[in-house]
Amino acid sequence: MKKTTVTKWVILIAMFMVTAGICSASELDSFTGEKGVLRISGGTAHIPVMKEAARRIMIFNPGIQITIAGGGSGAGIKQVGEGLVNIGNSGRQATESEVSRYGLVIYKWAIDGVAVVVNPENSVKQLSGKQLQDIFAGTILNWKALGGEDRAINIYTRDESSGTRSVFWKKALNKGIISGKANFIVSNGAMKSAITNDPYAIGYVSVGYIDKTVCPVRVDNVTPDLDTVKDGEYKVSRGLYSNTRGDAPGLAKKFIDYLLSPAGQEIVAQKGFIPVN
Amino acid sequence: MQPREHIAGIIFWGATVLSAGVTLAVLGFMVILSLPIIKNDMILEVLMGPWSPDHGLFGILPMIVGTLCIALLSLVVSFPVSLGCSIFIEIIRPDKFGRFLKKFVRLMTAVPTVIYGFVGVFLLVPQVREFVSHGSGMCILSASLMLGLVISPTMILFFSQSFARVPKTYLNAVDALGGNQFQKLIYLLFPQAWPGILTGIILAFGRAMGDTLIALMISGNSVMLTTSPLDSARTLTAHIAMIIAADFDSIEFKTIFVCGGILYLMTSFGILLARFSAGKQN
Repeated sequence: MKKTTVTKWVILIAMFMVTAGICSASELDSFTGEKGVLRISGGTAHIPVMKEAARRIMIFNPGIQITIAGGGSGAGIKQVGEGLVNIGNSGRQATESEVSRYGLVIYKWAIDGVAVVVNPENSVKQLSGKQLQDIFAGTILNWKALGGEDRAINIYTRDESSGTRSVFWKKALNKGIISGKANFIVSNGAMKSAITNDPYAIGYVSVGYIDKTVCPVRVDNVTPDLDTVKDGEYKVSRGLYSNTRGDAPGLAKKFIDYLLSPAGQEIVAQKGFIPVN
Repeated sequence: MQPREHIAGIIFWGATVLSAGVTLAVLGFMVILSLPIIKNDMILEVLMGPWSPDHGLFGILPMIVGTLCIALLSLVVSFPVSLGCSIFIEIIRPDKFGRFLKKFVRLMTAVPTVIYGFVGVFLLVPQVREFVSHGSGMCILSASLMLGLVISPTMILFFSQSFARVPKTYLNAVDALGGNQFQKLIYLLFPQAWPGILTGIILAFGRAMGDTLIALMISGNSVMLTTSPLDSARTLTAHIAMIIAADFDSIEFKTIFVCGGILYLMTSFGILLARFSAGKQN
């Protein structure tokens, strides 16, 4: 009696493991027998998804090495174009001249919003589009003018290479001026920690990066989150792209296919972005 | 024996020529890549103007000023502390404790600057922000305080080296004349060690100008011409790090070679000055 129970359990567990193995491996199967290094760089909004996908692939097949670097969208496009990396990520669409010069092929695998954020301690949680532009242009200088504390507004912006910056500048600021006094930050992650550490800060990050350490600001009565970005109500959105020089070869192709597979798209959703499939 | 020495001589000569040649070639490389700017008569505009690429302005003057301000202020912060520390190590406690401190300072030189950058971002910047209650705390002052810490080991080690080089017989002579420690310091040690102190200062200044990460992480990187130590500012090194990702063909990208050239010239000028002053004293 006892023996049969044990056997039953063993069989049950074995069956469970086999099925679980099949389920989780099915989309990773294409990586079987692959070997080599895959280098990825560029957009910093992409990094959480890239890391998770890379982790799963490298656990499935330890023969594959995937390295992920930041640098910004401009750097990603340039580095993949120059052949320094296999995949260059960008948070903006590569320009026509970039595509024609390098022969880039573009893969879009997620949709993302760019949200204005302040420190959670800040009482100002709502702005009009005009107020937002005035703040970044440096004409509204104090939180008091917006109903907040009597402290100077500290503006944080991103470097020239940032796709997040170019989308925010085009769609939220209508290509308006960004004050010369703005502090420059070099990644989405660093922007988040700068805002978390500065109670008088205003900046902008990819919606996927928002958590309880920073507070998104309602602009013209629209809260930037997954739902409003998805149904188009929140206008400051963009695609997240991976670029390759020519059609993606071998491992790069498999990596991008994995991002676009149901498992990859699940990672996209889990990390706070909107899947494309 | 003879041919062997000959071969060794050639190898060493080759190594010297190579390293000197590479150093000069870097300057040549900077100048050649700056040529498009120089040819288009943009050089004055670039050296003297403000930076605003959206309006077609590519001046690096704010960065030159930012670099000099941060480097100078860090020197001002760090010099008295370093001098005091080296006097303590070499003169007041040249025993086991002093040697322990010196080992500790050597250890400081090995700490990567990015660590200091982290400490600055999470500990120093919030303090400065609340203390001066103006701006984000990411400013020249914060960067200089942190950079002062980074360059202090260079100065301390240089200073204590030059104090240690003062001949023992001189020290004994002061003692025999009944001079006290203070007199020994003012009338003997400072004049004797001065060339070394000067060299230490200038090398530390060069290190402060050349550092990228501290400024990039702490000084805020804004592109306004600074007017106060509480303003955010961008250094030439941080500027290069930020613009390097721009389009190859853009003017932004071309101006970073001018930045590199200026930085090269400023540091080599400093080193020449150090050599000259040390040589003159000797």
